[in-house]
Amino acid sequence: MGKRIDVKDLNVFYGDFMAVEGVSMTVEPRSVTAFIGPSGCGKSTFLRTLNRMHEVTPGGRVEGKVMLDDEDLYAESVDPVAVRRTVGMVFQRPNPFPTMSIRDNVIAGLKLNGVRNKKVLDQKVEESLVGANLWNEVKDRLNKPGAGLSGGQQQRLCIARAIAVEPQVLLMDEPCSALDPISTLAIEDLVTKLKEQFTIVIVTHNMQQAARVSDKTAFFNLEATGKPGNLIEMDDTQQIFNNPSKKATEDYISGRFG
Amino acid sequence: MSSVTGASFTDETPGPEGEPPLRGDRASTGRLGDRLFGGMTRLAGGVVLAIVVLVGVFLVVRAIPALRANHADFFTSTEWSTSPLKFGIVQLLWTTVATSVIALVIAVPFSIAIALFLGFYAPRWLAQPAAAIIDLLAAVPSIVYGLWGAYIVAPQFAHVQSWIQDAFGWIPLFGRVPGISGGTTIFFVGVVLAIMILPIITALSREVFAQTPMTQREGAIALGATKWEMLRTTVLPFGRPGVISASMLGLGRALGETIAVMLILSTLPQGANWSWSLFNGGSTFASNIAANAPESISDTRQMGAYIAAGLVLFILTFVVNAIARIIIERRKAFSE
Repeated sequence: MGKRIDVKDLNVFYGDFMAVEGVSMTVEPRSVTAFIGPSGCGKSTFLRTLNRMHEVTPGGRVEGKVMLDDEDLYAESVDPVAVRRTVGMVFQRPNPFPTMSIRDNVIAGLKLNGVRNKKVLDQKVEESLVGANLWNEVKDRLNKPGAGLSGGQQQRLCIARAIAVEPQVLLMDEPCSALDPISTLAIEDLVTKLKEQFTIVIVTHNMQQAARVSDKTAFFNLEATGKPGNLIEMDDTQQIFNNPSKKATEDYISGRFG
Repeated sequence: MSSVTGASFTDETPGPEGEPPLRGDRASTGRLGDRLFGGMTRLAGGVVLAIVVLVGVFLVVRAIPALRANHADFFTSTEWSTSPLKFGIVQLLWTTVATSVIALVIAVPFSIAIALFLGFYAPRWLAQPAAAIIDLLAAVPSIVYGLWGAYIVAPQFAHVQSWIQDAFGWIPLFGRVPGISGGTTIFFVGVVLAIMILPIITALSREVFAQTPMTQREGAIALGATKWEMLRTTVLPFGRPGVISASMLGLGRALGETIAVMLILSTLPQGANWSWSLFNGGSTFASNIAANAPESISDTRQMGAYIAAGLVLFILTFVVNAIARIIIERRKAFSE
């Protein structure tokens, strides 16, 4: 599992407003890529185009190409619902379904896919929760509401829910920004483990986090408020943090702006 | 209010030290303004409770003499006569509950569908005016519904009813009742009541559905849910307590509706055979009281019979609300 993402000359619009301009990048399979940059630079917006979540916002559309291995995500014949089953997403705030138990949360996606066999589902619950480093903490209360867990546990539950449908790619939009440091470490460990199976793209405001978990880092910036965001550079994480090739990247990383 | 919105997050969140949420006087500073305002809210709350209790006491006290003098069994008799005093509630209770349940069964699915359409499917230019027009339905006076139902729709609706009777007449509930024609039946009253309670259920449902957190909806969509699946996994469960509350409000209105029922429903002649059929005529508690009580205004015993009927209606609405509350509370752990 884990597919390559190839983006060519992607522009993202909300109505007439161009939010992101001219992004091209390649994300290697089974690697972690971090998106960093100041607020409003379009990194989350760009992330959402990788599973067509931006289309949920009225007026959201793209120009350009996003390829998942050989498949064009924006081809006429492609159903966005199918894209999202292949490219999973974890959000900034943990969002387990409040009316469902822990177990039902994990298998929510499978049930949407029509899996009904109880044995298969039970096995998948354990597998996904183990995969999300949550099994030992919740195995005795699978039928309790997911909203009763701590924030960090909820976020890992959301990760379990996302990986239960066996996606190729996992997108994470600032998954630790609402969590305490210990829960953050737990998620970071998990990301390192998950990259053996999935291609992971993570948006973060925390540069140490980007340095700790990612293989590649992409720096986004925007010239001024109201202008579209751009990809400034993308390189090995070591390279970006130690010896970036663009001045803007160096300024941002050394804390001189943003 | 958790029962309407389905969300009671801030109400239930403990403070940073784990102390219980702010409630009552714990938040008070004891200053004059605070005490004044606190006193006013206490007064308002107290008055409402006192009124409910006083109404209950009044109904019981005034009903007892009539119940003592009653020659029929109050709970099992289908008769209603005030001279001599021979009255029972079976017919009234059945008609009241049957019309209201029919109204609810028709109105709730319709309302949910309309609310979902307005909130999630309709284009914006249509959603706003359409919602306003539905709210307008609630502002139409019941007497207008009554006239419209009795003189315009009922004769047409009679054809539908006779079709149902032909097809399902072998079930006692849909049996043919001799002497009732023109469509002015329990079933038809239920349909008109459904139209009357539709706006309130739709408006409240629309509001609670719209409050489903975007994060929830996006969570479902990101899992590969279609629009309908997203609604089913997040919006409908989130809105459930609110829809139940709205339905109970609607049911309350249907149970107590007077003038429309009185205008539309054929009353049964004295001593008529009573049946379970929805195609029978009859009277509800409210329509019976409105139509007949004024004649007994000077006789406290006869009046007491009607007050006893009112007492049952009063209790009935209490029971309905209690059931709704139980349904909502039972699922509370799962609603954030």
